[in-house]
Amino acid sequence: MAAVTTTPEASAPATPQPENRVIAGLRVARSLPVIPLLVLIALLAVPAIFANQLAPHSQRIGVLDDAKLPPFWISESFEQRMVVQRADRNRLDVEIGLSNAQRKVERGEATIITGGEDGEVNPGDTLRFLSQKGGSMEYPLGTDKQGRDILSRIMHGARISLLVSSLAILLGGGLGTVLGMLAAYRGGKTDAVIMRVVDIKLAFPSILLALVLVAAIGAGFTTVIVVIAVLLWARYARVVRGEALAIKQQDFIDRARVSGASNARIMMRHIFPNLVNTVVVLATLEVGHVIILESTLSFLGAGIPAPTPAWGVMVADGRDLITTAWWIFLFPCLAIVLTVLSMNLLGDWLRDKLDPKLRNV
Amino acid sequence: MTAVQTATDTILEVSDLKTYIFTRAAIVKAVDGISFNLRKGETLGIVGESGCGKTMTALSLLRLVPKPAGRIVEGQIVLNGEDILQKSEDEMRDVRGRQISMILQDPQTSLNPVFTIGNQLREALGIAHRENKSSMISRAVDALRKVNVAAPERRLDDYPHQMSGGMKQRVVGAIAMSCEPGIIIADEPTTALDVTIQLQYLRLLKEIQAETGLAIIFITHDFGVVARMCDRVAVMYAGRIIEQGDVRDIFSRPAHPYTQALINSVPKLEERVDRLYSIDGQPPLLSNLPEGCRFAPRCPYAADQCYEGYPPSYQLAEAHHADCWALDPDWQGTQIEEFIPPTGSAG
Repeated sequence: MAAVTTTPEASAPATPQPENRVIAGLRVARSLPVIPLLVLIALLAVPAIFANQLAPHSQRIGVLDDAKLPPFWISESFEQRMVVQRADRNRLDVEIGLSNAQRKVERGEATIITGGEDGEVNPGDTLRFLSQKGGSMEYPLGTDKQGRDILSRIMHGARISLLVSSLAILLGGGLGTVLGMLAAYRGGKTDAVIMRVVDIKLAFPSILLALVLVAAIGAGFTTVIVVIAVLLWARYARVVRGEALAIKQQDFIDRARVSGASNARIMMRHIFPNLVNTVVVLATLEVGHVIILESTLSFLGAGIPAPTPAWGVMVADGRDLITTAWWIFLFPCLAIVLTVLSMNLLGDWLRDKLDPKLRNV
Repeated sequence: MTAVQTATDTILEVSDLKTYIFTRAAIVKAVDGISFNLRKGETLGIVGESGCGKTMTALSLLRLVPKPAGRIVEGQIVLNGEDILQKSEDEMRDVRGRQISMILQDPQTSLNPVFTIGNQLREALGIAHRENKSSMISRAVDALRKVNVAAPERRLDDYPHQMSGGMKQRVVGAIAMSCEPGIIIADEPTTALDVTIQLQYLRLLKEIQAETGLAIIFITHDFGVVARMCDRVAVMYAGRIIEQGDVRDIFSRPAHPYTQALINSVPKLEERVDRLYSIDGQPPLLSNLPEGCRFAPRCPYAADQCYEGYPPSYQLAEAHHADCWALDPDWQGTQIEEFIPPTGSAG
């Protein structure tokens, strides 16, 4: 304690800088959007990093006997149907065809409630059989067609989604931002060339472009990232160019030039910081877009190859079972929705934090 | 200022500067052969209507004429003994900020909105000084104190939107002076400020000038400001300096009909007027200049001679020149009326 009071630095009037930084840090921490952040951490970050340790089952290999198991809270249910010679297609909820009924009884899946005194199934008998297997904590969110645990697959899928969206946005957004800034700053021919390429890109049907690219380089993880980046950059370039044009007109750019700043310095130090806001918000909004793009590509077979559990692939898988095994597509869908929503909320918060005018309000 | 100036005092000499803007339709002669010089510690006012080439002149001095349309086609700009038109773009970057700097019109957009004042000051100061952070901070505080910003330590953490216009313009001034340039071009620095703040700001500039021996080129259309601020005045019309001289000469004995008209158009408090005085007509398009004297179509004294050739420069006093045929000893037309200096305008 004595040492503290005698050091010359401590007695000298300190600059207000360090203290202010702590206070500012606290203020930022207090205003953090808690719910979106928690959702993102729980849904994306933790599973993505610890999928191998956390996931209860294999992401790729399923148990066929356990196929299409519902989530844990759904218990098994039975139904009763009357056996008829030929079941009417419109009355399948109350009737069952004879041959079908015989097969079920042979396998021990069904019991005869009324009739069937001779041990045989006859038309007019009533059959009771298992209509829905019960869920268990073994597979908390149920299983898919191949008996793979949906929870495990969502966890592993988080890793894919996180990687694809962050890399693709970094690549596409970075390219778009640089080109947009160049176009705005240099103007003239540079601007014309870049913006015409943007126009061509935007006029091109994006799915067609994606399919052509995939056909050219071959499907795979890297391809998906490259393809999404190619689909994204033009939008970035256009938005950034517009912003940069407005910023370029402001006097502080002239002032920088007057005090001898180089072009590169003006772009990096004076224009770019004013764009960060837009770029970051655009990036968080694009996360949703990218996840959907990725699933579209997967759906078309141009995405990440099948056994890898991308969320998009999972939704596509569950699509034809919506009426009977809704959990197969619902949970990955929920994951996408929550992630995208949280990202957007986070983006809103970031926008406010990054704008000095809104910072202290 | 001492009465006798030696030639070595001259830090800027502009001769026959021509800056044209090449548009698809025409060549706009924004600056068409102007010459002037500037001595250490002196304030030169450049006055003229909007669009007469004042700002283009300023940008030419920094070689920041908007490219590719604009180009300095002829002339010499000798700054501290070196012709800056011969310099490469890299060398020019060292000239800007360190030898010649500029204060722009609008303080609202002259500061980067996403950085604090301290940050921007430190950046500007960093061009000339590379030191550790705490000494840069104290330099920034000094710079703000120099331009009379109250509580400069606390102001460092402010963002531009937290400051008033006058305060911002002072910060802009502090930034412009951060590298101790020999010349500052002030392009209508007070236009965006209200009148009381204007006065404070002009006083501040004067004080700093007295302390540092800074030369100021003051671009304005406000004759009141000129009278208060300037030692010498150059009156521009349609890309040329039509009259220049000591501020007293210009105000008491303006020789050029245009200068007279400009001074007359300043409303006076003492007189009651129903209509404000104005000069008939419009300045010529810089892309389509008349032959001869550019002011001739609006000049009450114009004779045939005026439409035939541009008048030479006539010396009226030691440093008082004007370009007007009527000053020629052989002038046949109407003599320019004796100018009665308006009272009160030269505040």
